[in-house]
This record gives sequence, structure tokens and C-alpha cells, in this order.
Amino acid sequence: MIETKNIDFYYGDFHALKNISMKMEANTVTALIGPSGCGKSTFLRLFNRMNDLIPGAKLTGECLIDGQDIYGKSVQVDELRKKVGMVFQKPNPFPKSIFENVAYGLRVNGVKDRNFIKQRVEESLVGAALWDEVKDKLKKSAFELSGGQQQRLCIARALAISPSVLLMDEPASALDPISTSKVEELIHELKRDYTIVIVTHNMQQAARISDKTGFFMLGELVEYSDTKKMFLNPEKQQTQNYITGRFG
Amino acid sequence: MKRLKRIIEKLIEGILTVSGAVTTIVILLIVVFLFREGAGLFRSPAVEKGYVLCVDAGNTVTHLGPKQIKEIFDWEIENWKDVGGRDQQIVVFRFEEIFSRYSDEELGADYELLPEKLGEVISSTPGIIAFIPKQYMPENVPGIKVLRSDDITLSDFLGGREWIPTATPAPQFGVLPLIMGTLWVSLFAIIIALPLGLGVAIYLSELAGERMRKILKPTIELLAGIPSVVYGFFGLVVLVPLIQKVFGLPVGETALAGSVILAIMALPTIITVAEDAMRNTPRAMREASLALGASNWQTIYKVIVPYAASGISAAVVLGIGRAIGETMAVLMVTGNAAVMPHSLFEPVRTIPATIAAELGEAPAGGAHYQALFLLGCILFVITMIISVTAEAISKRQPNRGL
Ligand SMILES: Nc1ncnc2c1ncn2[C@@H]1O[C@H](COP(=O)(O)OP(=O)(O)O)[C@@H](O)[C@H]1O
Ligand SMILES: [Mg+2]
Repeated sequence: MIETKNIDFYYGDFHALKNISMKMEANTVTALIGPSGCGKSTFLRLFNRMNDLIPGAKLTGECLIDGQDIYGKSVQVDELRKKVGMVFQKPNPFPKSIFENVAYGLRVNGVKDRNFIKQRVEESLVGAALWDEVKDKLKKSAFELSGGQQQRLCIARALAISPSVLLMDEPASALDPISTSKVEELIHELKRDYTIVIVTHNMQQAARISDKTGFFMLGELVEYSDTKKMFLNPEKQQTQNYITGRFG
Repeated sequence: MKRLKRIIEKLIEGILTVSGAVTTIVILLIVVFLFREGAGLFRSPAVEKGYVLCVDAGNTVTHLGPKQIKEIFDWEIENWKDVGGRDQQIVVFRFEEIFSRYSDEELGADYELLPEKLGEVISSTPGIIAFIPKQYMPENVPGIKVLRSDDITLSDFLGGREWIPTATPAPQFGVLPLIMGTLWVSLFAIIIALPLGLGVAIYLSELAGERMRKILKPTIELLAGIPSVVYGFFGLVVLVPLIQKVFGLPVGETALAGSVILAIMALPTIITVAEDAMRNTPRAMREASLALGASNWQTIYKVIVPYAASGISAAVVLGIGRAIGETMAVLMVTGNAAVMPHSLFEPVRTIPATIAAELGEAPAGGAHYQALFLLGCILFVITMIISVTAEAISKRQPNRGL
């Protein structure tokens, strides 16, 4: 379970997230929607502390995963990132072979057992619905795959280290419709084992795949409820306008 | 309006094409010029121009190579049987000796009798080899024979271990010591500069704070612009005495001094180019690695360095390129002895230093001059091999399962 309490986030002087409190249940898909620049990615990147890399960024409030404050003093960032996997907007495989891409997370975490690595790579590729397409060319460069395949490779790469949370930042925005529906199907499958938080600018996608949806605007969480309710009967006028395509 | 635009575009396209073609052709012509000037060396006889070697008519040897001639005149070969003749002592006769055998009256006021006397000496001395100017060659004397001297061959040139371009009667154009000198100095320069340069580049691009980088980067770039004489001067005044003292050597001008100076000179290039390459690694690569729980260091050596590999190898090539071609600084600190290097602590001489030091005194069109041009060709070939190799390495990188 993920929980944030009164989160405020600043890029230098810019107040990017304003007093956000939100609870995301385990084994559900939570979608984050909202106009571009409203802080969805910023919010998502809190959970694996990716924002730590940005100079001048400042955070107040609490952010808990399974009850533990992930910004606490005793937390080791690389340990946290093993538990919280991330898939980025644009497929970003390493310039390595398909196999090595998936094995990377295991290797940097000190796994040496070759049989285990082989087994995990296969499981992850199966999990990302890519195995059948690449099983004969694991030694080939990841760059030889199509965009959709590359994105599923990146998902497999994230799955390989067995995280419990999976963060996805518009994972299908750079993909064609067929690849998109494959990734959506995959997200549906993955829900059984992972807690998924997904940013999307595509309302239909949010409606199709998520259990709960949060609507952000100008750094604020405007509305957060069950996806069905959100799309059929939103509480706030702003949400209504956004969903129906009217900004205001 | 549209048509005008199209015409201008075509015009610019044309200009670019032409300037590209012209540049390429000029460069090719320079290379052709180098090779053409140098190739004459292999048509020059081993004996110095304007001189001949004569033996007595009874000698069965008909021709000699440059190395044999030199060894005979250095008394290293003392018997004709060592150069394919009969078992007979060699008597070396240099032209000047004629003046101690005959008085000026006997040779005539204008030395008109000199050829005759030479003829007498040569024909009456079995086993003699005489080195004489062509103009005093005795004509129609039955007792003497002119030795054909072989042309200088490619293997004399490339395989020769002695570079003595001013030796008489046969100058020695063996470039092996110069090639070895160049390679030694450059190789050790790179061995010193590469790890240091890469280290600094990693520090600058990954670890240094923004403030530190803002100070360091321009400073390093500034260093690249310092003329090489200045580095050479520094080397001569500071480094050479230091090396002499630290290693207890008779002289401080050594291959090591050259390597260190070259390394210092190559560092700014290596650092700047490698740092740029690493900073150009997309943020997405960095984030992908970190998001998988990799540490900063793991990200650097498993993702950033491999990703920047082609840029880094470009840095190395530029570094080596500078090292191999560098003249001035090396000329000043390596001692310039054209001998085969045996250790880093001996004087050596590099190809560029040789060209710079000797071209002024080599008569245009002569064998020495041609040999220097060939040295230029060798330098060109070496740098070409290096850049082609580097190109191949950097091309291969992305497809390999690193
Ligand atoms: N590294 C950064 N430095 C400064 N401002 C940033 C940075 N990243 C994002 N922002 C700003 O924060 C706001 C939220 O950005 P982001 O979370 O990427 O929005 P979204 O993902 O919803 O489009 C935007 O106004 C953006 O300009
Ligand atoms: Mg975003």
C-alpha cells in the first residue's frame, strides 16, 4: 500500500505539488490524469525518489510504502528502487543485448548465479508478454526491436528484480495502437502481483485499465475516487470539464 | 518567391558540394605529393651522389648494398669473402689518401694527373676498394673496375636499424629506430594520459558540483591552447632535471620525459572530448539504470562509459594523434638519439622530430630529403591505421552485448 500525507514539492521556487494526500491499495491500478504540466510525473517520481537527482528540489510531507517512510533516514535509495520499479514514457533500453537488458537489474544487485539469472530473464520476458517474440534472438541488440517491443522489454527489465510496486509514466504514449493495447493487456495481467501507479493523458486508457483515478491540476489533487465513479459521475466541475474535453 | 528560394537552395547545395570536393582533392594531392617526393629514394644508389666505388679488375664482386658498404668502410667487414667475393683482405682507400701518397707536382697543377695516379693505385693493389669522386674517375684503365652499388631497397629503409643520413660513402636510412622511438614515446604517453584523462572526465561529468565544473572545464580547455614550445620549455627546465635526479640517470633527456610531456599535452583533449561524450549520455539511460537499483558508480561504469564509448575512443584517437604528430616539445626533451630504444630511460628520437630537425639541412631532391618525405608518409600511415581502428571499434560498440 502507498500513502502520501500532505506532500508539498518544490523545484527551486516553483511549487509543483500542493498538499497532496492520497492512498493507493495494494494490487490495484491507480491512474493519474490531468493536463500536461500539472505535476503527474513529479508525483509519480516521488515513489522511487527519482526526484532526488534534481538539484534544488525540496519535499515536505510524508510518503509511505507499506507503512515505511521512504524518505526516512534509514532508507537506502537503491534498496527502495529495487522494491519500486519504473517504466518511462519513452522506451529506454540500454545499448546492450536483449538478455543483458533484462539481466541488468539482477547483475547490479549482485546476483551471480547464471542459471538463476537465465530463469529470471525468461520469467520476466514471459511476464511482459515478449518472450515468444524474442526467445530466438536474446543476444541481439535491444535496438533491433520495434518501439512497442522495446517498451515491453523495459517492463520486463523492471519486473526482473521482483518489485512490489510498478510506476509507469505514460508507458504507451510513444506507441502505436496495437502495441498500446498489448501493453494495456499486460497491465491488466500484472495487477495480480503488483501495485501499479500509471500516469496517462489518455482518458479512455485510464477508464479501461484502472481501478482508481486521481485527477491533478496545477499541482493539486482535484479529485480522487473509483475510476467508474470518476468517469460516470465526477464530483467536481473541473473534473467533469476535463473528462469531457472542456478545459476551464 | 518559391522559385527564388529553390534556386538559392540549389546554389548553396552546389557550393557545399564543390567545397567538399575541393578539400578532398587537396588533401589527396598532398598525400600523393608526399609519396611521390619520397618514392625517389628507392631509385637512388646506395653511394653518395657524385661518387663511385672502384675495385681492382681481379675482384669478383660486382655490386654492394648500402649496409655492406658502410660496414666495409667502418672496418666491420674485412674480407671480400664476407660480401660474396674471394678470400682476400679488403684494403679501404679513401680519396683523401691520394694526397699523402703523391705530392702536388705529381698530381699536376689542376689535378689533371690525379685520375691517372688513382688508376695506378687501384690497379696495383689487390683487394682494394676506393671511394672517389666521379670527376676524377680514371678512364680507360684496364686494371680497375667500377662497382655497381645497389639501389636503396624498401627493406633497407623499413628494416634498417641505423639512421645516419650523413655517413660517407653510404648514408644509412634505416627508420626502425625512429619508428620505435615514436611508438614508444606515444604509447607510454597514452598509458599515462588515458587513465588520468578518463578519471578526470568522469569526475567532471558525474561527480563534480556545478560550481567546480564551471571553474575546471574552461581551465582545462585553456590548457589545450598553450603552444607546444611552452610545454617543451617546461619539460626541459623542470621535467628533464627531475627525471635525471629521481632515476639517477646520466642524462634526463629520455623517452620518459617525452612521454610525460606528451601525456600532459594530450590530457586536455582527452578530458574535454570524453567529458562531452559522457555528458551527452541521455538522461533516460542514467535514470533507467538508477531506477533498477544501480548505484551511482555502477551506472557510470556499466551504462555511461559504454554508452559514451565511441566518444571516448574519439578522445583517445585525438589524444594519440596529437602525441604521434607532436614535434616541438618532444624534440626538446627526448635527447634525439637515433638509436633503437631499449628502455624508457634512454634518449630516443621520434619521426616528427627527425623531420623538423633535418629537413633544413637536407639538400632538396637528394636521398636524405626523399627519406624525410618517406618518414612523413610513415607517420601518415600510422595515424591512418589508428583512426581506422578507432572508427571500427566505435562502430562495433552499440551492437555488442556489453
Ligand atoms: N526538473 C525540473 N525543474 C524545474 N521544473 C520542473 C522540472 N520538471 C518539471 N518541472 C515543472 O513542474 C511542473 C510539473 O511537471 P510534470 O510533473 O512533468 O508534469 P506532467 O507530468 O503532469 O506533465 C511543470 O510545470 C514543469 O514545468
Ligand atoms: Mg509527465
